[in-house]
Amino acid sequence: MTPVTRVESPALLLLNNNIDTDQIIPARFLRKPRSSGYHHYLLYDACYDMDGKPRPNAPLPEATNREIDSAVEIVLAGHNFGCGSSREGAVYAFVDYGVKVIISTKVADIFSNNAIRNGLLPIMLDQASFDTLVTYCQANPYASLVVDLEACEIRWGDGQCLIFNIDDGNRERLLKGIDDIRATQTWGREINEFAKHYLAERPWVMPADDRLD
Amino acid sequence: MTQPSLTLFEKIWKQHVIASDGEFDLLWVDRHFVHEGSFHAFDKLDSSGRPLAHPELTFGIADHYVPSDLKRLNDDAEVAGMIRLLEDNTTKHQLTYLGLGHSDRGIVHVAAPELGLTLPGLIIVCGDSHTTTHGAFGALAMGIGASEVAHVLATQALWQRRPKTMRIHVEGELAQGVTAKDLALHIIHEIGSGGATGHAVEYTGLAVSAFSMDARMTLCNMTIEAGARVGMIAPDAITFTWLRNTPQAPQGADFARAERHWRELYSDNGAFYDKQVIINANEVAPRITWGTSPEQSVAVNESFSPADNNATHTSLAYMGLKMGDPIIGLKVDQVFIGSCTNSRLSDLRDAAAVLVNGTVKVPTLIVAGSNRVKAQAEAEGLADIFRQAGASWGESGCSMCVAMNGDSVAPGKRCASTSNRNFPGRQGPDARTHLMSPAMAAAAALNGKIVDVRQFAIGANT
Ligand code: SF4
Repeated sequence: MTPVTRVESPALLLLNNNIDTDQIIPARFLRKPRSSGYHHYLLYDACYDMDGKPRPNAPLPEATNREIDSAVEIVLAGHNFGCGSSREGAVYAFVDYGVKVIISTKVADIFSNNAIRNGLLPIMLDQASFDTLVTYCQANPYASLVVDLEACEIRWGDGQCLIFNIDDGNRERLLKGIDDIRATQTWGREINEFAKHYLAERPWVMPADDRLD
Repeated sequence: MTQPSLTLFEKIWKQHVIASDGEFDLLWVDRHFVHEGSFHAFDKLDSSGRPLAHPELTFGIADHYVPSDLKRLNDDAEVAGMIRLLEDNTTKHQLTYLGLGHSDRGIVHVAAPELGLTLPGLIIVCGDSHTTTHGAFGALAMGIGASEVAHVLATQALWQRRPKTMRIHVEGELAQGVTAKDLALHIIHEIGSGGATGHAVEYTGLAVSAFSMDARMTLCNMTIEAGARVGMIAPDAITFTWLRNTPQAPQGADFARAERHWRELYSDNGAFYDKQVIINANEVAPRITWGTSPEQSVAVNESFSPADNNATHTSLAYMGLKMGDPIIGLKVDQVFIGSCTNSRLSDLRDAAAVLVNGTVKVPTLIVAGSNRVKAQAEAEGLADIFRQAGASWGESGCSMCVAMNGDSVAPGKRCASTSNRNFPGRQGPDARTHLMSPAMAAAAALNGKIVDVRQFAIGANT
């Protein structure tokens, strides 16, 4: 996993509330292999109509050929972002698009967990701080925000700055690009010990799968 | 020394903590269900070079990509390929697989409980957000993403930060004709679709303990629609009776032993919840969603007057509705009765009670949640009632709940659906979904429009 430390980029605004993972990546694309990139499907139905023609109010710039100065790595997203289905494809779509940070007043739990395990930093701000950023980005669409995970700061304009909160563990994961599976290997003995005692005390927990065939 | 008062959730969580780094706990996972969508996780497992840690606790079930008409698999190589991929992965890693044609197969959240794979006190995970369903048995069940699925496959454990707790207490009893689905939509409307984010929800109260297991599953199923990954109900006599007839639950003396343990699974008097919500069951009426979030619903007998804001306008535009439009009398183009929310036997009985001796006015697809439900519905004549009414009776699976297996709603069409999500594009690009109970959906099918099933049912049956 690529570590996330400091990200500097203009922000893409997706300000509708409740943008769910079905909107982020419609279910019919989830069968696609990751190898060719999931960015092709990002917000697909909101960007393109049934004939594949761009919709007039498409949320992604390339759908409407709006000029983009540089790659967008930061998204400002409406409340309850990423709710709904647990599909990690929704995170892949943003990651493959180049997004590294999602800022919202609320990011859904499963999306958040998925994001952190794929090098995408979810940040939750209070409404006032969020509104300040939105106002700034709307007035200065090409100006960059700086998200600094080491300092837990978002900086913009001429010296404006705010602090955000994130769990220490998740911060570590992102800063170091930790692979969870490998990290858990060091706990192998504890897991086995636990399982031995736990299952000895609760034999009924084991399913009798011979009765399934 | 007195024990601290604990909630049901805390008791189960504590029993599963292997280790802790202070912030995150490493939890033992008792059951892991995988489906076609888990292929990313199998890829990750394989690339980590590790074997599957506990194949005997992992179960593969084909559901999401199963179309209501299996013949279509011949024409859709991509969809058929997804089912084959699951089959290949389960064979390779030697885990139990319920594939096409298996008499126990079904939507994982319908089939696993029926088999007794879902038990009180277990931690159950699945790469699917509606894993909340299994909380109906007093299990701690949550949806996870593909990376976490890979982690569980490799270690049978999961790092989690303990969520806050929330109690939703439902006082009083539901009126005749009002179902668990209506209660779920009512609660989501009250607290909002992000109202329980970061929390594990426990449902309590008379209305909840009076519920059958089917109704409890419907309620817990929709918990994710309020943002919570966990929704649970303390197990009781209804739970134990239900489980006693399932093949995978402990048998004989083991069952008695297990039951003694399960009887400890309740929230202690004075246990602390971070948040408490009280719902008055008397105020719940049949509900229907009008918008593109499950929180956007209205009681069928209420006038339709959402807050006048951007979110409302975006939703209304998508749904092809105008502010102040009545929900009663709204024409629908088709009806879907199914999904892990409402495809169990009692749901099908509810639908059949409305459809009996009638004829549907719009295309209606009815899909059992599992092959066991399907067989039973056929045995007791429900399938005949559906067919005689002109409805299609499909192969069990996720079907039209999600547009990924070929069952979908055409652009701009309006569907009365018993599923759980009315998101834009959920049932197909530009499809318009109205969520409701099975009886309401059946009544909509007979009328080609939305009606109050309570009035309709009285008229129809007398
Ligand atoms: S029925 Fe629908 S909500 Fe339930 S598991 Fe299948 S796709 Fe998901």
